[in-house]
Amino acid sequence: MPDRDYTATEMMTVAAARRLANDSVCFVGIGLPSTAANLARLIHAPDITLIYESGPIGAKPDVLPLSIGDGELASTADTVVSTPEIFRYWLQGGRITSGFLGAAQIDRYANINTTVIGPYDDPKVRLPGAGGAPEIASLAGEVLIILRQSERAFVEKLDFITSVGYGEGGDHRQRLGLPGRGPVAVITDLGVLTPDPESKEMTLTAVHPGVTEDAVRAATGWPLKVANDVAVSEPPRPQELEVLRDLLARTEKAHAGQGAA
Amino acid sequence: MAEITTLREAVAGLIHDGDHVAFEGFTHLIPSAAAHEVIRQGRRNLTLYRMTPDLIYDQLIGMGCAAKLVFSWGGNPGVGSLHRFRDAIQKGWPAPLEIDERSHADMANSYVAGAANLPFAVMRGYAGTDLPRVNERIKFIDCPFTGERLAAMPSLRPDVAVIHAQKADRRGNVLMWGIVGVQKEAVLASRRAIVTVEEIVDDLEAPPNAVILPRWVVDAVAVVPGGAAPSYAQGYYERDNAFYQAWDPISRERESFTAWMERHVRGTADFEEYKRSLAAAARETVDA
Repeated sequence: MPDRDYTATEMMTVAAARRLANDSVCFVGIGLPSTAANLARLIHAPDITLIYESGPIGAKPDVLPLSIGDGELASTADTVVSTPEIFRYWLQGGRITSGFLGAAQIDRYANINTTVIGPYDDPKVRLPGAGGAPEIASLAGEVLIILRQSERAFVEKLDFITSVGYGEGGDHRQRLGLPGRGPVAVITDLGVLTPDPESKEMTLTAVHPGVTEDAVRAATGWPLKVANDVAVSEPPRPQELEVLRDLLARTEKAHAGQGAA
Repeated sequence: MAEITTLREAVAGLIHDGDHVAFEGFTHLIPSAAAHEVIRQGRRNLTLYRMTPDLIYDQLIGMGCAAKLVFSWGGNPGVGSLHRFRDAIQKGWPAPLEIDERSHADMANSYVAGAANLPFAVMRGYAGTDLPRVNERIKFIDCPFTGERLAAMPSLRPDVAVIHAQKADRRGNVLMWGIVGVQKEAVLASRRAIVTVEEIVDDLEAPPNAVILPRWVVDAVAVVPGGAAPSYAQGYYERDNAFYQAWDPISRERESFTAWMERHVRGTADFEEYKRSLAAAARETVDA
């Protein structure tokens, strides 16, 4: 993207952060979701409650965690509970307003694969697996998904459904009895997809500045549904960029300074 | 009743070939020293349980200790893949690895059910996912009161739980804090338990609601300072992020992995010597 003072990843992170509210109780995945959720906390959502599956509730990390259970999360949290308690009382108990997930692969109904590429019994690539994602995807009040957009990641058919978005579309979530609303947005480095109100097919409703609809189509492995009126994302504001870059610089410095192999 | 002993004796006496062994510790307090001792003693055909198989399971699997893995997320946190785990599943090296794959919520609930001496766990989950299709242990039942369809999984009942904690007292009562994961549930779900600790103290000085494992639910307590490294022990040392990054190239090829394990784990007598061996290797790198 010429003449811009920010990267596509920064745009994606800022666009995702803006979707979290100050009163959100957010179950945060590691990586991009954690970056965006903490950016929201440092900018417009100082009272947001961040919950990590390792047990910290109300984590306020000064530097981003490298792992899901870094000490920084525990020492800045309002409380730290056991892993069974996190999943049983807080997630299954219906306390989470937003689940924030990444993905290796996604389909048009925002179902997610983080398990295998190829057949399960003879995988071409064995991915890490489910972790907390299946229950976050089914139980959180709503779900945000953040990942980079490419034909390899946005596929016509998933080899494995690890976590359910809208299943086969339409009212499939209701028929499955899933308590949460499901994915309300897929935020990528190219734009934002939101579900069609009826079919639940993920539809391109916003592109980031300088990105064409054709570029998004080319990075999607199925014939992408595009809204009639596609918005253009507001570029990152100077404050958003400054806070994000400070956060990442602090994080890099802190992790580089730890230990030695 | 907890016996305060050496890690070598604890592993020799309590972990046998073919056992089902849960090494737990959710990113924090990972029982690395105990896993190394199992590798040194050459245990075989273990069924390994762990929510988050990471470096120690890469090591146990790559050294041929495991026949089966019960797990819910296998990766090198913050870095990427576990190469030995992937090689075992994709190529069957060094031996085929059977897998029993779950979600985190399932593992956590199934340990709770094991600790509670129930035959199965019940939770709201798995609907619409492919995991029940590939794992016959995941079933669905109807709630007898509301009719709601719920997932049911058999309890986890390992033979042995292995954990690392911050402190024990001289009688063998164990105290841990920070991110405590599923360790208490894993210990109470298992027939036997081995705990390594940072130190043994006269008085735990624990507040009433602290996470304590009374000595009569633990079989062996061994002092192994630094025994959770490269993970961390809150209040004692930080996570060695550089080691997690260094593990990626070490473990990428079978030869480099095996050479590293032979030198630093199989070629050392205990965790203290392992730490000295790593320090010596680091000096060689600096000198080179």
